[in-house]
Amino acid sequence: MIDAAIQGLLLGGYYAILAAGLSLMFGVMRFINLAHGDLAVAGAYGVLFGVLTLGLPVWAAVLAMLPLMAALGWLLQRWLFARALRAGFLLPLLVTFGLGAVLQNGLYGVFGSDTLSLGNHIGALSWASWTLPGGVVVGQLPALTFLLALAVLGGLQCLLSRTRLGRAIRATATDAEAAQLCGVDAGRVHRAAGAIAVSLAGLAGALLAMRALVNPYAGPAQLITAFEAVVIGGIGSLWGTLAGGIVLGVAQSLGALVTPQGFDLAGHAAFLLVLVARLAGARRFQLGKPALRTYLKWRRA
Amino acid sequence: MSATAIVDAERVTVDRWPQGGRRAAVACLVVLAGLAVLPFAASGWMVDKLTMLFVFMLLAAMWNLLAGYAGVVSVGQQAFFGVAAYFALRAVAGGMPPYAALLAGAVGAAAVAWVMSFFLLRLKDGEFAIATWVVAEALRILVMLDPMVQGETGTSLIALNNVEPQLRRNLGYWFALVSLATAGIAAFVLVRRRVGSAAQAIRDDDEAAAAVGVRVFVTRQAIFVLAAFGCGLAGVAWLASAITFLPRTHFGVQWTVFMLFMVLVGGLRSFEGPFVGALLLFALQELAGDFGAWYLAGLGAVAILFALYLPDGLWGWVRARAGWTFLPTGVRISVRRASDPPTQT
Repeated sequence: MIDAAIQGLLLGGYYAILAAGLSLMFGVMRFINLAHGDLAVAGAYGVLFGVLTLGLPVWAAVLAMLPLMAALGWLLQRWLFARALRAGFLLPLLVTFGLGAVLQNGLYGVFGSDTLSLGNHIGALSWASWTLPGGVVVGQLPALTFLLALAVLGGLQCLLSRTRLGRAIRATATDAEAAQLCGVDAGRVHRAAGAIAVSLAGLAGALLAMRALVNPYAGPAQLITAFEAVVIGGIGSLWGTLAGGIVLGVAQSLGALVTPQGFDLAGHAAFLLVLVARLAGARRFQLGKPALRTYLKWRRA
Repeated sequence: MSATAIVDAERVTVDRWPQGGRRAAVACLVVLAGLAVLPFAASGWMVDKLTMLFVFMLLAAMWNLLAGYAGVVSVGQQAFFGVAAYFALRAVAGGMPPYAALLAGAVGAAAVAWVMSFFLLRLKDGEFAIATWVVAEALRILVMLDPMVQGETGTSLIALNNVEPQLRRNLGYWFALVSLATAGIAAFVLVRRRVGSAAQAIRDDDEAAAAVGVRVFVTRQAIFVLAAFGCGLAGVAWLASAITFLPRTHFGVQWTVFMLFMVLVGGLRSFEGPFVGALLLFALQELAGDFGAWYLAGLGAVAILFALYLPDGLWGWVRARAGWTFLPTGVRISVRRASDPPTQT
């Protein structure tokens, strides 16, 4: 039980990295990138390609993949998302969902249906563990992932609060038009945010490939968990994604104790519960009687 | 005339069937009647293919109702496609005759949609999209927990194996055709009525719509439940023709990829567009379906191109060029000048 809770906590670190990019894009560009999970899987395949085909060491392949993913994010924002964003809320959803279909099936076409993993290429890291005082055993890879998540979120925090780009990003996120009037090039800021978000997705994908098997159709599940972490933690909050990721990871690990399917089911249940609770708290939301009354009124009309 | 002029109600004519729309509607009914007697003349292969086409058309029309008319993008309609098939299987296992069970399955899916609408429809755009997806995934896992479904293995509608194959094929065909006709006509009537105008007002701006007295929630709810019922009918029609029920296929997100493609390429926001899109998808499936993953990747890419460069789809493009509508969902309002003599209508 304690073990499962700690596994879940560390898993939360992975979710935070995955969710940070999604949250950043939503915070700055105000759209939900439905291809975020597929971009993560594309990053994983990029690293796998570097390791399996080009024979690079794993960490070199990860370092090579990050700028490539950043470039991809920049280009996607430049050619696809910016255009879609001009036409209201409907198009970004449709376009990113279509992009997801392209990525999944394109990866399948190139790499085939075999599930692949980096687990065999990272040596002892994939199974080694540390024993903490009190007899609690933590895997080295999950622990390092968690530390990496802290570093990534800390780095993002520094970027946003200390640098010129960070200031421009915050200004654009608050009010793109006003920022534009003050001399901020909103389009450029959006492209920079897209580059950061997509390279974070790639990093998360690489970590996923290290701890588990990936296949071309693994993206949607990643998107869903990332989104759940973002919503549980509170949309637009950087450290909230870590909190949300931890809640999700702990729920999943505890659910898996009950039944193997309980892993995903408990995660979805935690997400839906948080949504329901949040909506029940909002004034606009009427559960139970009032909702039924409006329905009956409509039937009579 | 200037936009601010006040017009006497007597001088305004509202034409609900402009441009020969009534003739087009009659033509549709004739085509439907023709399709109904087709199995007596056509080969089994053709009956099977047309059944698939009807399922596609039904899905496209329902998704257009949601995204095109009500402005809610659901990427989880496969939840109702799958859960209707599951309910039908459960009902058969409980002793219901198979074809009644199929209908019961679709009704069950609509009931699930009604319950979930109370919180799903409170969510905003992207949140709604992903929440529907989460619901579809959660339902799939729950269905797979049922020992009858045997997890990944799935199960079959064995009861239908007792029916003679030729008859079974024709019954499946009629079931799909009647489902398409019912849901299609219901959608057509709905969008032409007050609910349809209300939904479109909400799609364009929900706060403004609420301000002029549109009941945002119940309107969306009516459309959401109808769309779920339609997708449920498609799901049980598919089950009746495929016999096997595989949770990952029935709850697969590829159904949403298909719906997205059909509606975007055919024409979002027009009643006829999705049917054009369904015909196109059907043709592509026959010509290029063997390419597997690349074919699906191509569908996604084409959908993106249409969304960005031709957002009203092929039908919208034709309509803008030729200036005609086949099945009118709007009204034509004409105002006579004060000097014109009153007409006797």
